Amino acid sequence: MAEKLLDVKNLSISFGGIKAVEDVTFHVDEQEIVSLIGPNGAGKTTVFNLLTGVYQVDQGTISYKNKEIQNWTPQNIVNEGISRTFQNIRLFGNMRVIENVLVGRHIRTAYSLFDSIFRNRAFKKEEDQNIAEALKVLETLGLYDKKDEYSTNLPYGDQRKLEIARAIATGAELLLLDEPAAGMNSQESESLMHFIGQLRQLGYTILLIEHDMSVVMNISDRIYVLDNGKLIAEGCPEDIAHDPLVIEAYLGGDQDAQD
Amino acid sequence: METEQNTKTKFSDMLPILFHKYGWFMVGGIVLLLLALPLLNLNSYLMNILVKVGIYTTLGLGLNVLVGYTGLVSLGQAGFVAIGAYTTTILTKQFGVNFFLAALLGAFLAGFFGLLIGLPSLRLKGTYLSIITLGFGEIIRTIIIVWQPVTNGPMGIRNIPSPELFGTKLTLYNGGLFYLVLALLILVTLFCQLLINTKTGRAMRAIKGDETAAIMMGVNVTYYKIAAFIIAAVISGLAGSIFATQLGYIDQNTFTFDMSTIILSIVIMGGMGTIRGMFVGALILVVFPEIARPLMDYRFVFYGLVLVLMMRFRPQGLLGWKDTAPYPVSKNAFNLFTENKVSFSKKLKRALHSETRTE
Repeated sequence: MAEKLLDVKNLSISFGGIKAVEDVTFHVDEQEIVSLIGPNGAGKTTVFNLLTGVYQVDQGTISYKNKEIQNWTPQNIVNEGISRTFQNIRLFGNMRVIENVLVGRHIRTAYSLFDSIFRNRAFKKEEDQNIAEALKVLETLGLYDKKDEYSTNLPYGDQRKLEIARAIATGAELLLLDEPAAGMNSQESESLMHFIGQLRQLGYTILLIEHDMSVVMNISDRIYVLDNGKLIAEGCPEDIAHDPLVIEAYLGGDQDAQD
Repeated sequence: METEQNTKTKFSDMLPILFHKYGWFMVGGIVLLLLALPLLNLNSYLMNILVKVGIYTTLGLGLNVLVGYTGLVSLGQAGFVAIGAYTTTILTKQFGVNFFLAALLGAFLAGFFGLLIGLPSLRLKGTYLSIITLGFGEIIRTIIIVWQPVTNGPMGIRNIPSPELFGTKLTLYNGGLFYLVLALLILVTLFCQLLINTKTGRAMRAIKGDETAAIMMGVNVTYYKIAAFIIAAVISGLAGSIFATQLGYIDQNTFTFDMSTIILSIVIMGGMGTIRGMFVGALILVVFPEIARPLMDYRFVFYGLVLVLMMRFRPQGLLGWKDTAPYPVSKNAFNLFTENKVSFSKKLKRALHSETRTE
């Protein structure tokens, strides 16, 4: 039995009177690909924001490797090994591709400002290690040839990949991917799917938010469906595809049409 | 190389290539030229302007760490310059402290105020932060006026002594002041250059690029914003100490909002985030008012016009292009990469290993 890497229990948060996420319980096992789906505004990204420490949890627990990490600072959560990408690409446009990845290494870098100004041995050793690591990540993701380009000059698909590269560079084991296939054509999303599959082979565990059903149904081990902040279904792709509640949430029942 | 039509590259495209190819020669040449300059026995008016250019370049470099690297706009740099200038002057004049020690203390105090001003930067963004810094500059000016027992208020401080090094007074006339400014300028330039490709420099530029993403990569944004404020303040304080000895007289009108604007204009005009730009920006903005003296007060109109035109036609600044040179990868780093001696590859191997086993 694979071990639970991420275990979320009764997660809730409300903004004012609106319960954005209510009593959501799910888990992700090691080297699993789990998808979080649901209509717009269902609270998927809010869940990500709770997992990464952007928002403070109202209720519930988030355990990562059997350690409760809810309400930790984003730095500490990244340090534990969770890293994410964004729905709208958020790369550092003022920096080269390799520099973007090196920012990912930031949390694993110990040398001080003093070390860097005097270029002492501690600095050189760690910086060389960082650069080698960044090059390795870029090579693995097929971005090595573009390492010196500015991130905004990359084609869309490569920008998505670079975001993942940056997340990997933090030394993360759990990757939270927020709609990686958004804005991609079917060919691009197919190669992305293949790529995510490869990530799992590299040993990564992936929690995915995605709207592209062909991607979700093909690569997910398990799927959780959120609607109005509540979990309405969970299971393997085939079950989800035939779940009446899910179909209603997506296509709208009689009641919802009136709202 | 062979294509003839490509030789007609635009001038603006040629500059980056020129800098990329001959950058080190240019730096070396300029340093040698500057070292030899006092031997030419230029008149004191010219030397005065040169020293002023040097001081403003230093100030530009300091603010550049804040604006150009980290993306925080400060409109109150004159406040930090004033703290450096007043601390150093009072310590040397009233208490007979050695200039260099006094300058360090002045820089330390400026840095402390940089920390204080940096604190609101955690909560405030963009324009709101700029207004805080603007207020800070004015508060320092008011303190100078009101705190008469220490600052001598609006009467200012006269006869500021020249710094002394091994018994020699460093004045404008013997070129000592020029070398002092040059030394500071070289140190600050080196610092800024060494900072860029390090953890700190990258964290700062990441904050400028996308603050949310920087937070999510585990960058302690609070820490680096405050660090940027402190670095900018310390550099401004150091420049202020020397500036006071150059002027020989300081009062609250030495450190007006105009000064802060000029420093910011140097950064914007030269090219935010670049080091080369600060030199050109300071040169233009310090020399221009001098050569435009015949225009009298109209020169300010002209000055404004230049800035507006700049914003319209070259918003990135005169020398503000993105570096095109490949990112420096040391031999050692490259070897580590090719020899697969990195921890990421361990993971990769493990994954591949388990794959072959299942096959």
